[in-house]
Amino acid sequence: MIGYLLRRVAQSVAVVLVVTIIVFLLLHHLPGGPARAVLGNRATPQQLAQFSQQNGLDRPVPIQYLDYLRRWLTGDFGFSYKLNQTVGSLLRQRLPKTLILNALALIFTIAVAVPVGIYQAVRRNRIFDYTATGLSFVCYAAPTFFLGLILVLLFAQDLNLLPAEAPQSDGVLPIFADFRAMILPIVTLALLSIAGFSRYMRSAVLDNITQDYVRTARSKGCSSARVLRAHVLRNALVPIATLVGLSLPALFAGALVTESIFNFPGMGLLFWQAAQTSDYPVELGVVLVTAVATVVGSLLADVSYVLLDPRVRFS
Amino acid sequence: MSLNPAYLAGDPGGVGLVESPPDEPAGSASGLPAGRPRSMLRLGAAVFAQNRLAVAGLVIVVLLVLFCFAGPLVYHTNQADVNLADAALRPGAGHPLGTDETGYDELGRLMVGGRVSLEIGFAAAAIATGIGALWGAVAGFFGGLVDAVLMRVVDALLAIPILFLLLFLVTIVRPSVTVMIVVLGLTAWLIPARLVRGESLTLRVREYVQAVRMMGGTSWRAVLRHIMPNVAGTVIVNATFQVADAILLIAYLGYLGLGISPPATDWGGMLSNGTNFIFPDYWWLIYPPGIAIVVVVVAVNFVGDGLRDAVEVRLRRR
Repeated sequence: MIGYLLRRVAQSVAVVLVVTIIVFLLLHHLPGGPARAVLGNRATPQQLAQFSQQNGLDRPVPIQYLDYLRRWLTGDFGFSYKLNQTVGSLLRQRLPKTLILNALALIFTIAVAVPVGIYQAVRRNRIFDYTATGLSFVCYAAPTFFLGLILVLLFAQDLNLLPAEAPQSDGVLPIFADFRAMILPIVTLALLSIAGFSRYMRSAVLDNITQDYVRTARSKGCSSARVLRAHVLRNALVPIATLVGLSLPALFAGALVTESIFNFPGMGLLFWQAAQTSDYPVELGVVLVTAVATVVGSLLADVSYVLLDPRVRFS
Repeated sequence: MSLNPAYLAGDPGGVGLVESPPDEPAGSASGLPAGRPRSMLRLGAAVFAQNRLAVAGLVIVVLLVLFCFAGPLVYHTNQADVNLADAALRPGAGHPLGTDETGYDELGRLMVGGRVSLEIGFAAAAIATGIGALWGAVAGFFGGLVDAVLMRVVDALLAIPILFLLLFLVTIVRPSVTVMIVVLGLTAWLIPARLVRGESLTLRVREYVQAVRMMGGTSWRAVLRHIMPNVAGTVIVNATFQVADAILLIAYLGYLGLGISPPATDWGGMLSNGTNFIFPDYWWLIYPPGIAIVVVVVAVNFVGDGLRDAVEVRLRRR
């Protein structure tokens, strides 16, 4: 167990190191080089050379990488010349918001997908099952921005129930004060993962329902509701932990689109705006932080999987 | 995911029944009855044909390809010049689906945009699958340090959400159709790499691969001519899902304003353009491309599911 955890942590550290190398290479191979990316197309060769020298860009590449790594480790993610702010301070404002959005969407996903999937499996091949399957295919196949806009049209414009814009506050806590405005972004972001999770839950319950232990429990006089609650559900829920880990990159990508629909000032919106103005330090800072968050998230998911399921063996 | 490698390792009859790799010329398969490989193919096809959804998906994909590629031959529209006199017409005579805000005929645009979407989807899937299959086969076959390094690269790239990477790349290179295909192909190969690595881990210890090496065949020969053809089933199944993902990804890029530049377009670009006109209620600019995307993605997924079942039957037989 300890050995497995250590190995898994070491693996994650290796992955994060590779991520930093990729990000560094992207930064280093910007068109015209990093100096050109900052100073723009009209910079003279002298200006470029001077900037490179001042910022150490004329040194050997591996040394520059180590230099970057040292700065990243101390939380220095560079400077956004477009926004005139350090990337670190931008990330500190934006990351908590995206994490909150993702976490709430994940909770909503599980709260919806698990009961739906179970009910589909229990009443399989009935009208509810077919409807839910059809809907999950549509949610999977329709682009998030399309679904989001349909929701806005329906709930914000036609019914006038919910605001069309996410909370614009600076801090994290005011988000909860204006929670009605969070409902549409959360639902929009969750639709895609609800589609996947409910399909998965349905087949997990179906797999378990045919197991011997279910027949044994039934033959001992256990009611089918109790079998479902006490036996099947517990076994079918364990792999959801892995699914959560696997769905993290999709959640972050979905957050990018969702944040741009609802103008939610999180990391996705920051990245999108940076992409439009070619603000490379911000883009790469967001990529780096997102990737690290994903790696850590998957690690936690794997660890919780091991803790939840005593049958897992370490080989 | 789709295939359990235990089929290969655990199947007791499997080892002796492996036939010559499919890439050998038909004449050289001296001892084997020529009909056998085909009968496996036929078995797979039969399983596929039984899956009504898969067949329906295939029919829809074929119809959409015909619509997009043969449609413009029958239904002529001007998709190059802006015509503001006919801007934003409702569906009616002369324009069955109306016109967009710059006067392009919407039905004709649906064909042109669909062609771009499908071209990018299929080509990007092919590139991604090729790279991923080779990467995974090499990692699984050589194992050890090579495997560790190659797979950590895959893990690292998987940790970066693909949309972020794509957006970053298209801010550097302005997207044309070709650029889009290459960029998507270069970013989407990770899942096939993982799948193929898993399979080639089990294939490399099989007798026929060992035999190649003992007879003096190079490792590359073993990977390219013996392992790659045997993971073809898994790879093809995954490639269908890649097509759907690629079509969706360019739709997202279009929405985020970094997709194909006009006058060329794709379904995602059309849809995101249409969403600018939600409030004047130009519904004919929104629903046709939106429905087209949903239909093609669902259809491709049905085909993929059917293929997966078909391939699994073939494996079980092996």
